[in-house]
Amino acid sequence: MTGTVKIAIRELYKIFGIDPENALKHVLDGVGKVDLLEQHGHVLGLQDINIDMYEGEITVIMGLSGSGKSTLIRHLNRLIEPTSGQVKVDGNNVLIYDEHQLRKMRRESMSMVFQKFALLPHRTVAENAGTTLQVRGFSQKEYLAEAEKWLGVVGLSGFENHYPHQLSGGMQQRVGIARALTSNSPIMLMDEAFSALDPLIRTDMQDLLLQLQDDLHKTIVFITHDLDEALKLADRLVILKDGYIVQQDEPQHILLNPCDPYIEDFVSDINRARVLKVRSVMSPLVGDTPPADAHGEVDYNDTLEDVITRSGGDTSHSYIVTRDGAQVGVLEMTNLVRALVPRVASEAGARKL
Amino acid sequence: MATYDFIFDGLGLRSWCDAGKTEDGPLSMADLLAKGDSDKESSLLDLPFPSLDALNESCGRIVQSRAMTKGVEEGFLAIKDVLRFVLDPITQPLSWLLEYTLLIFEAAPWWIMFPILMVVVYLATKSIRMVGFVTICLAFLAFIDHYSYSMQTLAIIFVCACLCVLFGVPIGIAMSRSDRMQRMTIPILDMLQTLPPFVYLIPLIFLFSVTEPKLYGIAIILYAIVPVIRLTDLGIRLVDKDVIEAADSFGMTERQKLIGVQIPLALPNIMAGINQTIMMSLAMVVIASLVSAPGLGVLVLRGIRNLELGVGLISGLGIVLLAIILDRVTKAALDRVNAAQKH
Repeated sequence: MTGTVKIAIRELYKIFGIDPENALKHVLDGVGKVDLLEQHGHVLGLQDINIDMYEGEITVIMGLSGSGKSTLIRHLNRLIEPTSGQVKVDGNNVLIYDEHQLRKMRRESMSMVFQKFALLPHRTVAENAGTTLQVRGFSQKEYLAEAEKWLGVVGLSGFENHYPHQLSGGMQQRVGIARALTSNSPIMLMDEAFSALDPLIRTDMQDLLLQLQDDLHKTIVFITHDLDEALKLADRLVILKDGYIVQQDEPQHILLNPCDPYIEDFVSDINRARVLKVRSVMSPLVGDTPPADAHGEVDYNDTLEDVITRSGGDTSHSYIVTRDGAQVGVLEMTNLVRALVPRVASEAGARKL
Repeated sequence: MATYDFIFDGLGLRSWCDAGKTEDGPLSMADLLAKGDSDKESSLLDLPFPSLDALNESCGRIVQSRAMTKGVEEGFLAIKDVLRFVLDPITQPLSWLLEYTLLIFEAAPWWIMFPILMVVVYLATKSIRMVGFVTICLAFLAFIDHYSYSMQTLAIIFVCACLCVLFGVPIGIAMSRSDRMQRMTIPILDMLQTLPPFVYLIPLIFLFSVTEPKLYGIAIILYAIVPVIRLTDLGIRLVDKDVIEAADSFGMTERQKLIGVQIPLALPNIMAGINQTIMMSLAMVVIASLVSAPGLGVLVLRGIRNLELGVGLISGLGIVLLAIILDRVTKAALDRVNAAQKH
């Protein structure tokens, strides 16, 4: 599962205010976010962020509003400059890039999708999708051809000559995604890309993204405030709160082993059967002989929901778990049911503000 | 005895004042009239404001107000030659531009001018109705023999509005990019906008010969350039921050951003500015007839000078028609841009 690290963030701090350098010293001395604002008049945006983002994976950064997630994603392409720290892409620290190198990186190795679509209203859909190539100096013929190809991939064939205002929100965001794909950059930054859409359309777009990712294997950094969305998309999940990382891991692992009451509270409301996979709940095969009373085989990466559907809700069943055809473990339905209950049921009102 | 003697007496400046007392300056008529009844009973109601003139009566060392206006005048006359030496060559192209445009507009026969204007209107508005409306208005003006006057006015507006856009849009862009530039420019724009139109003419008359077209050209441009500058600045500042951020994230250069994003998105506002600029040029071109600007304004002036009521009113009507044409055509063009950019 773990490939090469594409983006590495190290000890990243961002402080908003008149004299961030000075305020940083206080933060390093242990002054908290609230005290920093009250005593020094500076806002602590990000605090000691360390993340590895792996090539070909979707890293989801989740947090409530004000947690610094949009600030964080803007550090990757330096729309916001950090107060201190490092952001390495393919091993190169982007924070020491000069204007020319930075522009080259923005043009060729990172593309971004925005919450409010940010399409150009005076250009057609195809021209919008081609913007990323046009900026790089491609001729109109070249960039329109490439744009049409990607518009087809996101399901917008036939809309090339429409204007953005003639499309629905979901379709506009498809143009936004096509625009990012047209640049052919290995990294895609998605800033709350689906948050402005209706729930049903949002689900469609999530499916579209997963489907695209199956073919394209881009390194995607996805920002969201919606835990269901995060769990659905994430290969790795980073949970931010007040500018620091509360927990980062595989979604399965966070769900089963929340390290903090904040996260326990967070994950208590979601449909665990849909997120948890067989591999997180199964017990490894003892010896080479599968139990004789197994009711069938399930895949290593099936969700628990799939298994429940298959078992018809009978908790006495057990299944043999296979991975790429080989038998790797046993799943007892009783274990499965146990995993559906949060480790510590959250109390009403325990939600931290 | 004058009212404010006590101040100078109290401060012990009497001798200083008297020492400076020279022969009175030239007397104005008001002074002469006042001389007769100088020993009038004075009451608190007559207390004059301690102005320069009032203080001058008490102390000869204080200058009179008319010395100030005289100073301004002398100051201006002193730098006049230098200013003229610098400004004359710079503004000379404006004279040529106005002369030749006027020549072309007047020389072109009506049966060529009409189709050209119709095509221009169609290109700007893409509306046959608007073309018809403009044609009828122009035909009416031609029918009542105001055609050549109208063309003169149109020619002047054409040149001045084009120059306003040519200079105004870049100034507006510069303002939108630098807060300091904006802070420095806004007071000048405020002054240009509030200064009564006649006041522009006074220094210009001293600088240039009244027979030169650039005299009224400069007056019109100074008066009409303000809205296009202001609205360009505003338009670019109002461009959606998200779109600018997106442009940055794709690695656009400043130039690509300006031409590809900011100006197109600010275009509705810039067009509104151009509409205002054209309307203000029209207002000024009438006043500029005082300094030999040809066109309908000359007829209005004749109406006032000779009390020719009919001439004045009919030419006024002609100006209204021209204003309607210009306004409607530019507004229709603006609507077209707006429709294309609906969010």
